[in-house]
Amino acid sequence: MAKRVSIFVTCLIDQLFPKAGMAMAEVLERVGYEVEFREEQTCCGQPAFNSGFRDEARTVAGHFLRVFEDAEYVVIPSGSCTSMCSHHIAELYRDDPPMLAKAHALEPRIWEFSRFLTEVAKVEDVGAVWKGKVTYHDSCHALRELGVKDGPRRLLSHVRGLELVEMDKAEECCGFGGTFSVKFAELSGAMARTKIASIQRTGADAVVSVDSSCLMQLEGTIRRDGLPIRVLHLAEVLASTGAEAAQ
Amino acid sequence: MKEISAIQPQLQPALGDQKLQLAIYTATGRLVDKRKSTVASDVLPDYQELRQQANAIKRHAIDHLDHYLEEFERNVEARGGKVIWCRDGKDVVDFVLSLAKRRQSKVIVKSKSMTTEEIHLNDHLEEHGLEPVETDLGEYILQLAHEKPYHIVAPALHMTRYQVADLFEGKLNLPREEVPEKQTQIARTVLRQKFLEADIGISGANFLLADSGSVVIVENEGNARLSTTAPKVHITVAGMEKIIPRAQDLATFLKLLGRSGTGQPLTVYTSILSGPRRGTEIDGPEEFYVVILDNGRTKVLEDADKRQALFCIRCGACLNICPVYRKHRRAHIIRGCIRGPSGRS
Repeated sequence: MAKRVSIFVTCLIDQLFPKAGMAMAEVLERVGYEVEFREEQTCCGQPAFNSGFRDEARTVAGHFLRVFEDAEYVVIPSGSCTSMCSHHIAELYRDDPPMLAKAHALEPRIWEFSRFLTEVAKVEDVGAVWKGKVTYHDSCHALRELGVKDGPRRLLSHVRGLELVEMDKAEECCGFGGTFSVKFAELSGAMARTKIASIQRTGADAVVSVDSSCLMQLEGTIRRDGLPIRVLHLAEVLASTGAEAAQ
Repeated sequence: MKEISAIQPQLQPALGDQKLQLAIYTATGRLVDKRKSTVASDVLPDYQELRQQANAIKRHAIDHLDHYLEEFERNVEARGGKVIWCRDGKDVVDFVLSLAKRRQSKVIVKSKSMTTEEIHLNDHLEEHGLEPVETDLGEYILQLAHEKPYHIVAPALHMTRYQVADLFEGKLNLPREEVPEKQTQIARTVLRQKFLEADIGISGANFLLADSGSVVIVENEGNARLSTTAPKVHITVAGMEKIIPRAQDLATFLKLLGRSGTGQPLTVYTSILSGPRRGTEIDGPEEFYVVILDNGRTKVLEDADKRQALFCIRCGACLNICPVYRKHRRAHIIRGCIRGPSGRS
């Protein structure tokens, strides 16, 4: 029997980029997992946590822990939400031993999507086809808190027809930063433009990331400036089998 | 939110200034690359262990701050110096003013000190008719330009040599000079005279050594060594968190500070200053004071989570990589002069 994974479809993906969520499910099934979606899932609590609303964050995070308590694996198409679940929820329950124990018990079963593929499923070639030149954007939480760096690149390098090019500012922040982009819109926009200039220098057709939040930030500016660069979640590229890649 | 909306209009011009952005990215990018090359595993295999060791030493020192500060004071006094305990900036200003009054001093040379920036010491001294002169090249440039330091290690990092040329031409009444080496010569000539005139020298401190009562200063220009030895009085102004227990701990920190800050295995000068001139010595000040400043640090100390902010050794490496910081124009746009873990970004 196939092993089962439970997917956590983050707020942004649920509300704005459902294609990325479906693509993730497709890839996971393709590499031999049974995918389960628990309908009572909501949010990991990150927006409240980052804004200093610890009590509100606990309400949401506690729900997350209860929903996924008995899951074999929780796979998440986002570095920042994964980092919230596997690093910061425990921080919220420092003074609540029973909940802290729950958080720690779930932590080893929480996986960011690309890392799940390379470290648990141990696949690098998922049979994808995507024609064109892409560059990979290292998102802050995935890179700095989860140490995701080579995995997505290895996965991309096995996609048929795809040429992976490195940009000179791959590790630089896109400028989103959640509520930062609202509080400091100009600063956030300037950071996006620095990043996009770096993407443009590669001549890539698309920029790929494991975080939709970064992609949303970059896409806003790319569209406003009318640039011919596509913005794709890693799952969308890996789910692609060539038919849609003709564009 | 009020504070944020007040900042927004000031951010706009900096964000649109391509030259400024290029200057900042080039300079911070160079610091990042230099740091990487000096901490690479083939050059410094025990880099991570050094960091852990430094963290452990700092943690111990901060957890036992009262003990080490008292030990430091005893050792400074044993060598003929004096420790001045200051609750806030006003206490520091009052001390310097009363000393200057007693000695009838006018010119005060200063070597780079973010702690004196924190308390706006220069402004207060000028208000009382004194003439503080910054002797670090970057700080001197900024003093002429009436600007606050942009970067805690390389204060005028955001300025180009052409801007410095404009400044020197306008403020010093000298022919325009765009070559950095020649600009340095100009500053050197002006500052040399100030060193000779000054009765008091004020410096910061990178470390205070509890077991020997010494002040440690690292630098590249030699101006700190001159500021602390040429004038008759030397005042160190240091935050209370600068203490480390033993002289033998210094090696750990020196290996990290130069590398992380400027990508140098060691800075050009490392001065360990221990009290005033004694007996047969021909160099050094006649009076030696170490001002130890609280200014909110004991409040940070009370908070178990925030306490680690006091471990910061001010290498500035976090600034060089920070994409938000690299978009800022000047320190004073955002309140607080020290950015990074120990300040406000």
